[in-house]
Amino acid sequence: MFKLLIALSALVVISSAYGPAVRATKGQVWPKPQQEEKTSDYFIVRPHTFSFQGPADIGCPSLLDDAFTRYWSIIATSASLERRGRLAEMGKKHTKFWQLDESFLGNLESLKVEVSDECTDDALPDFGDNENYTLTVNADGATLSAQTIWGALRGLETFSQLIYLEQDALVINATTITDFPRFSFRGLHLDTSRHFLPVYIILQTLDGMAYNKFNVFHWHLTDDQSFPYKSRVYPELSEKGAYHPVSKVFEPSDVARVIEYARVRGIRVIPEFDTPGHTSSWGAAHPELLTTCYSNNQPNGYLGPMDPSKDTTYDFINNLFTEVVGVFPDSYFHIGGDEVDFSCWQSNPDITTFMSDNNISSYEGLENYFIQHVVDLLDKLNSKYLVWEEVFVNGVTLPNTTLVHVWRGGGFDTLRDVTKAGKYGVFSSCWYLDHLSSGGDWQKFYECEPLNFDGTDEQKKLVLGGAACMWTESVNEYNVMPRVWPRACATAEKLWSAESVNDFGAAQPRLEEHACRMNMRGIAAQPPNGPGVCL
Amino acid sequence: MCLLNKGHQLPNDLDRFKIRLDSKICSYKWRSVLINHTVTTMLKSIILFSFLVGCALALGPAVLATKGAVWPKPQAEEKTQDYYTILPHGFNFKVPDNVGCPNFLNDALTRYWTIIATAGSKVSQNSWTRFQADGNFLGTLQTLNIDLEAGCESEDIYPKEGDSENYTLVVDAQGATLSASTIWGVLRGLETFSQLIYVEQDSLIINGTTITDGPRFTYRGLLIDTSRHFEPLTIIFAMLDAMAYNKFNVFHWHIVDDHSFPYKSRTYPELSDEGAYHPFSKIYEQSDVARVIEYARLRGIRVIPEFDTPGHTSSWGASHPELLTACYSNNEPNGNFGPMDPTKNSTYDFVTQLFTEIVDVFPDNYFHIGGDEVDFTCWQNNPDVGTFMGENNIATYKELESFYIQHVVDILDNLESQYLVWEEVFVNGVVLPNSTVVHVWKNNGLTTLRSVVQAGKRAVYSSCWYLSDLQSGGDWNGFYKCEPVALIDDEAELDLVVGGEACMWGEYVNEFSIVPRVWPRASAVAERLWSDREVTDVNDAARRLEEHTCRMNKRGIAAQPPNGPGFCP
Repeated sequence: MFKLLIALSALVVISSAYGPAVRATKGQVWPKPQQEEKTSDYFIVRPHTFSFQGPADIGCPSLLDDAFTRYWSIIATSASLERRGRLAEMGKKHTKFWQLDESFLGNLESLKVEVSDECTDDALPDFGDNENYTLTVNADGATLSAQTIWGALRGLETFSQLIYLEQDALVINATTITDFPRFSFRGLHLDTSRHFLPVYIILQTLDGMAYNKFNVFHWHLTDDQSFPYKSRVYPELSEKGAYHPVSKVFEPSDVARVIEYARVRGIRVIPEFDTPGHTSSWGAAHPELLTTCYSNNQPNGYLGPMDPSKDTTYDFINNLFTEVVGVFPDSYFHIGGDEVDFSCWQSNPDITTFMSDNNISSYEGLENYFIQHVVDLLDKLNSKYLVWEEVFVNGVTLPNTTLVHVWRGGGFDTLRDVTKAGKYGVFSSCWYLDHLSSGGDWQKFYECEPLNFDGTDEQKKLVLGGAACMWTESVNEYNVMPRVWPRACATAEKLWSAESVNDFGAAQPRLEEHACRMNMRGIAAQPPNGPGVCL
Repeated sequence: MCLLNKGHQLPNDLDRFKIRLDSKICSYKWRSVLINHTVTTMLKSIILFSFLVGCALALGPAVLATKGAVWPKPQAEEKTQDYYTILPHGFNFKVPDNVGCPNFLNDALTRYWTIIATAGSKVSQNSWTRFQADGNFLGTLQTLNIDLEAGCESEDIYPKEGDSENYTLVVDAQGATLSASTIWGVLRGLETFSQLIYVEQDSLIINGTTITDGPRFTYRGLLIDTSRHFEPLTIIFAMLDAMAYNKFNVFHWHIVDDHSFPYKSRTYPELSDEGAYHPFSKIYEQSDVARVIEYARLRGIRVIPEFDTPGHTSSWGASHPELLTACYSNNEPNGNFGPMDPTKNSTYDFVTQLFTEIVDVFPDNYFHIGGDEVDFTCWQNNPDVGTFMGENNIATYKELESFYIQHVVDILDNLESQYLVWEEVFVNGVVLPNSTVVHVWKNNGLTTLRSVVQAGKRAVYSSCWYLSDLQSGGDWNGFYKCEPVALIDDEAELDLVVGGEACMWGEYVNEFSIVPRVWPRASAVAERLWSDREVTDVNDAARRLEEHTCRMNKRGIAAQPPNGPGFCP
């Protein structure tokens, strides 16, 4: 009889009339696993008699316990009394539907978790980590197996999503999942310069990322408008360049909290300090870093990009980036390099002299000169880096570890050229969350296939993934969450799931469930599909 | 072009942003709002006035906020460089003796005292010495005198159509006085007074000001749709607060629609038992509705409910399928239902019962009866409908719709309620009394609006103010630039345009996104409906809206940024 449970979860109803526009699935996983089989057999999960069983001799017990605590809470609160009551009222009666149901396997007492690789409690997620896992729920019980702790985290997320509320009971169907990410770099970019975002928003964003198996938080910390990062070496940068020197800054302790919060969720934090453009806010404290602009052969009081002609510029960057590489443990650093405006360089006679002294014949060449210095600094610091695509397009010499971040229109052609040159690519051109249209506004993100360019298999392997970008000109702490979620979920599925998972209509009911799931977990996601309700 | 008037001294907290106003940066920052501005005021003081130049600054906010500028812009306003400080704990309102609605008034004074007291994070006398050395300093403002000329008759007054909302506000060396002929004018004036006060360093400041103000349009509405997504009461209260901050005076509550029926009826509770998204947690109890009406009333906001028929009624059919037209395929009922069944007396009996309740529950003398987007296919394929039309000499489905609406209109006439209708009802030729307000919403609305008033009917305009239509960016300029009576010249016809409404359809907003979706975008509509027709300078508005948005944030409204990069101090 209770095959109904399964049937319901696959049901797709699009209706313009009474009730939700798209009926949510039940217990479907977002992003969709690589391989998944479900049966009509099911367990009931009773949170207070359910536990996770980790390996006795694991090297990272705290990391794993922390995850168990998070997911136990998620499971337990997904069956809140209020919610159970609400759903039971919908059903009008407490049927104890599982009684006498041959598909009922009993109560699920535990999830056994196996991690085969060694790990330590201070483990950091890193480039190329294995995130694979297998999850089996059958008559014998439930087992999650992963090679790494990161795979275990992904599997725990999946396990939590398989559980759904049926009347007043938490139900999980017998399921076999073998899962792994399609791309290893699955990023969300957040700009905290155009509008300052408080730490709690960043932590919520990291929660949202974990629920979508994102693994890179690209923190666009500074830009023209403000410099909220409080540097230990140059605290005046935020004292003068932040929107407010105390209330709109990220203290070192804030940064450490963000990094730790991300780490325990298997999320890397890659900071971006964009140079030589997008640096006006640096000049609030250090105008000497920036190029003096001239009109009619006189300084006109305005400042342009970083001044590439002075050694002091590089000394400053060296000191700051040495700090940043020390503060952010990830092996990668995003050094920007986008949208450099040449007009100020063109107007400045010292720059002209410098260029001729150094046989630099173009402003692209001058930009490259600057970037080459930054790249050399980072090489010395043993840090690897991402750059925005202009750096590659303009021909800076880059080591093969560099990730070229493709963001502009015509991104597919750029990605083709990047990979043809043997460089790694990260794709964002079609995933700008600040581009708005009426409606749920995620179909365009979902229907973007990042490997849709003309290139060899070898080239396509060089595309490591992508990032959804939340530029914050028009978002603040009050609307950033519903602006990002669930629209960024579309990107998450493109980056995790198989290329063949590309049917918008099939994704809608799953995203309807997933958006409600995020709401229930405290993420202020907006509705993806039109009229509806989360119960 | 970005000009900074060098004669203006910038306040300390913005000093760091004045360094470079680079026109090149302005033009190349593709996401920024470009502001051209010529400073016209000659005022100067230690206080940066409301006229600070904003520009696409590379560093700092894209648009610098004004200080103490009022939104929506008053009809006539003069400011001087003289100023008072306000110390909230030494400030009070002085009300007339013998006012007929002392509780109502005190409630408003309490609200605004709290708003003023919480406007500054720090309020102290530290600046006293500095002020005393300044010839423009008038001292500490201790009282706002309220002069309610005509009084108010009782505590249970309701705002209604055509109420005067005019007021005058004078702040000068003699003190501060707010005068109005009605309590509603007092409410609008209190809002203005609270907006004149701004924080300068650690002090609350108000400049010498003379304002004579009144609304351009009497009907200034916001539609919230609680059917496509249910909105909890907390959200509706936040909306009403924000409406008061923007001098909106009509909450058009699109309470039910196809998708759900959250209104819990006394007469037919099964409508929400079966038709709400959830029978307990996604409904408005009678007590909830009463709270909304009262919360709105105290803020001078009318609550006009909409029960849209004969289309948009699928959710009614969850408990009462007999109300709806059975759809046919191949001469067989196909299990689907269409609009209300206009052929049955029982339909009208039901509507009469329900609307009798609604007219009793909602005290406003207007009721929005909908009438939009009726899909005729189900009527077309139902043989009983065909027979009925034949028997009653109804030749077209538009006529059938009119037949239905005429019945509803007659019901409301019997109930002595007046009504708004969506434009289709007028366009399709239903006979409407002149008290009817035709709500114009479709494309080519300017033309429709003209034909409505040319037919002698009154009109409310929404065509250009759909908040569900989204674009990248701050996304309010389009709303701001829309002039509703652009095609109407005749004075008598102009008088028939009673106002307009911003519409927040609920398909794609839930409780987590609706407040920043509406605010401050609806503020653009508020200014268009309140302020003089000549108030059209988008650049000036951008700076005032930057301040107003931060003001709303400070008052607990989760408004989104209007103008690009920035912050609220």
